[in-house]
Amino acid sequence: MASDAATALAPSSGERMTMVQALNQALAQEMERDPAILLMGEDVGPDGGVFRVTAGLIERFGDQRVLDTPLAESGIIGTAIGLCIGGFRPITEIQFMGFIYPAINQLFAHAARLRNRSRGRLSVPLVVRMPYGGGIRPPEHHSESYEAMLANTPGLKTVIPADPYDAKGLLISAIRDDDPVIFLEPKRLYRAFRQAVPEEPYTVPIGKGRVYRPGKDVTVIAYGSMVQVANAAADRAAKQEISVEVIDLRSIVPLDVEIFIESVRKTGRAVVVHEAPRTCGFGAEIVAQINERALLNLLAPVERVTGFDTIFPGAVLEDHYMPNPDRVLAAIKRTLEF
Amino acid sequence: MPIIEVNHFTTRRLQILDPSGVVDEQLMPDLGDEALVGLLCSMLRMRTFDEKALNLQRQGRIGTFGSLRGQEAAQAGLTLNLIDEDWLVPSIREQGVLEGRGLPMHLYYSFCKGDERASQIPDGLNATPQSIPIASQLLHAAGLGMALKLRNEEAAAVGFAGDGATSEGDFHEALNFAGVFGAQTLFYIQNNGWAISVPFSQQTAAETIAQKAFAYGFEGMQVDGNDVLAVYVASRDALDHVRSGKGPYLIEALTYRMESHTTADDHTRYRPAAEVEAWRARDPISRMRTFLSRQGLWDEQQEAELVAKVSAEVEAEVEALEAMPRPPATDIFDYMFAELPATLIEQRQQLIAESRNGK
Repeated sequence: MASDAATALAPSSGERMTMVQALNQALAQEMERDPAILLMGEDVGPDGGVFRVTAGLIERFGDQRVLDTPLAESGIIGTAIGLCIGGFRPITEIQFMGFIYPAINQLFAHAARLRNRSRGRLSVPLVVRMPYGGGIRPPEHHSESYEAMLANTPGLKTVIPADPYDAKGLLISAIRDDDPVIFLEPKRLYRAFRQAVPEEPYTVPIGKGRVYRPGKDVTVIAYGSMVQVANAAADRAAKQEISVEVIDLRSIVPLDVEIFIESVRKTGRAVVVHEAPRTCGFGAEIVAQINERALLNLLAPVERVTGFDTIFPGAVLEDHYMPNPDRVLAAIKRTLEF
Repeated sequence: MPIIEVNHFTTRRLQILDPSGVVDEQLMPDLGDEALVGLLCSMLRMRTFDEKALNLQRQGRIGTFGSLRGQEAAQAGLTLNLIDEDWLVPSIREQGVLEGRGLPMHLYYSFCKGDERASQIPDGLNATPQSIPIASQLLHAAGLGMALKLRNEEAAAVGFAGDGATSEGDFHEALNFAGVFGAQTLFYIQNNGWAISVPFSQQTAAETIAQKAFAYGFEGMQVDGNDVLAVYVASRDALDHVRSGKGPYLIEALTYRMESHTTADDHTRYRPAAEVEAWRARDPISRMRTFLSRQGLWDEQQEAELVAKVSAEVEAEVEALEAMPRPPATDIFDYMFAELPATLIEQRQQLIAESRNGK
């Protein structure tokens, strides 16, 4: 899936590594920097996590810093909140986003609210890492994208990197943030391509999107795994002399409204892409923002390319569900032909 | 292959002061006269503050409120053992413990009024805000106990819950995590017999809550929660155990909720008056009063003086409550994040514009 453009914005120096390696390096460097940082989750110890993001960390930092927890999502998030109150900065791993539901009460009723409830006396500097999304043909419950419900819950930040460089810089920002940050890792990109990643720690600010690919005819707004899909569609559009600007939101809360509004004001056309279901998906918020701020700049209705309002299908039918470059390109053309 | 007995456990229940006010001399703690009188005084304080809250609610000066009446011994006996380094992780009926540890009662009253400044626990008091979602706070107590253990601090995290909470998954996950990580956590369960309208017999088929601790690899015990001396002794020993890093502990204090669940509830719909009357005879305050009177440590004169003193304090707290200026409307936004994101800054501006400059 990696196109040349996937690495177009890559820095010139640094080892070429996968997203998994970039995340692992970020975790190691931050744990080195701050002894208050703990890792917690299922199989994060000797196994290194089922995707190996935490590989080697228990050997390096010991079992007082890297905690293999009992198999209980609410327990992981709930005790992590207690550890936050007690002065630690836990980074938790939920093995797949499809398994977050048992922890929703802890996330929504407590992690998201404690700063507000205590009027600032207590805070929850917690990171919840979760592989999310489809594209790897796993069993049921391993492909979901529930980001919209996170965005609808005040008090949580939701960050979604789209390449190895951003994965490292955004994770370091998430770890240093004093509020709870949900860090969604597009698992189909874990090892999809390599990119130069600087050795030294660096941050990518949370709340600032980026123009992933400049263009002038249509704006495609995406995040996470869909940035690559949008970019592949843009490659094909370019061959038909359609210039597509791809916006990578990087985080949905906080949302960088300016970056896509500015783009839509320029192009007059927009397509929003996400793999989560359509109704009340995050794309609906993007469309509403465009309506409120750039309606009169629009030359066509804003298109949405999303998953369907269905249960995420099993591996056999998965490709029919996932937005792909064909569907994005078709939507781009609809906005041009309107 | 022979059948072998893998393990067994024994659940103990401690009582020192019986309902008629007679103590078991063998079990009597070595507390001086002043401390013994202090226990009665702190129970009387709790009841006085509680009765005032009921009055304020009936007059519409505060909103819904959950009385602790009947549970004063379960809270006072524990409170005497708490130290500044301990962390309190309360549910919604621990106002007695919180008051005993220094929470100004006007803040508690203002919580009942819906003023969120009440949950800004003053510096110096290690307590989380009252937690309304049932049992969820026990995981925070487990996590705090893990933090104390990781730092080798000689302190305990005390997680509070009622009998109903023990049916929730988070109760079990909290005990399990605490057991696995050797958390310095005391799970303090006040079994007051009723979870709103559902009796304890319908929460679990187990005979006790205390025995559930054994399934998670640590000890639990029952205590007569209306016997302030037994509560004092049991929680003193449990806190010593927890603070010294020997692992978590669970205390089930058997008590009774004399009032409705909250002022929005009517307990006469679901529980027999005779049961309430039977528990009135086990009142935690009157049995301690009887005992101290027989010892010549307490009389009507002293009680009248104490009640007058506390009542004056209560009135001062009510004055402080009613002197609190309304919070600015922008408080809705100002504690959401360490740094307010742009979209929220915009909404905040909108609120100011639409609400007469945030008043």
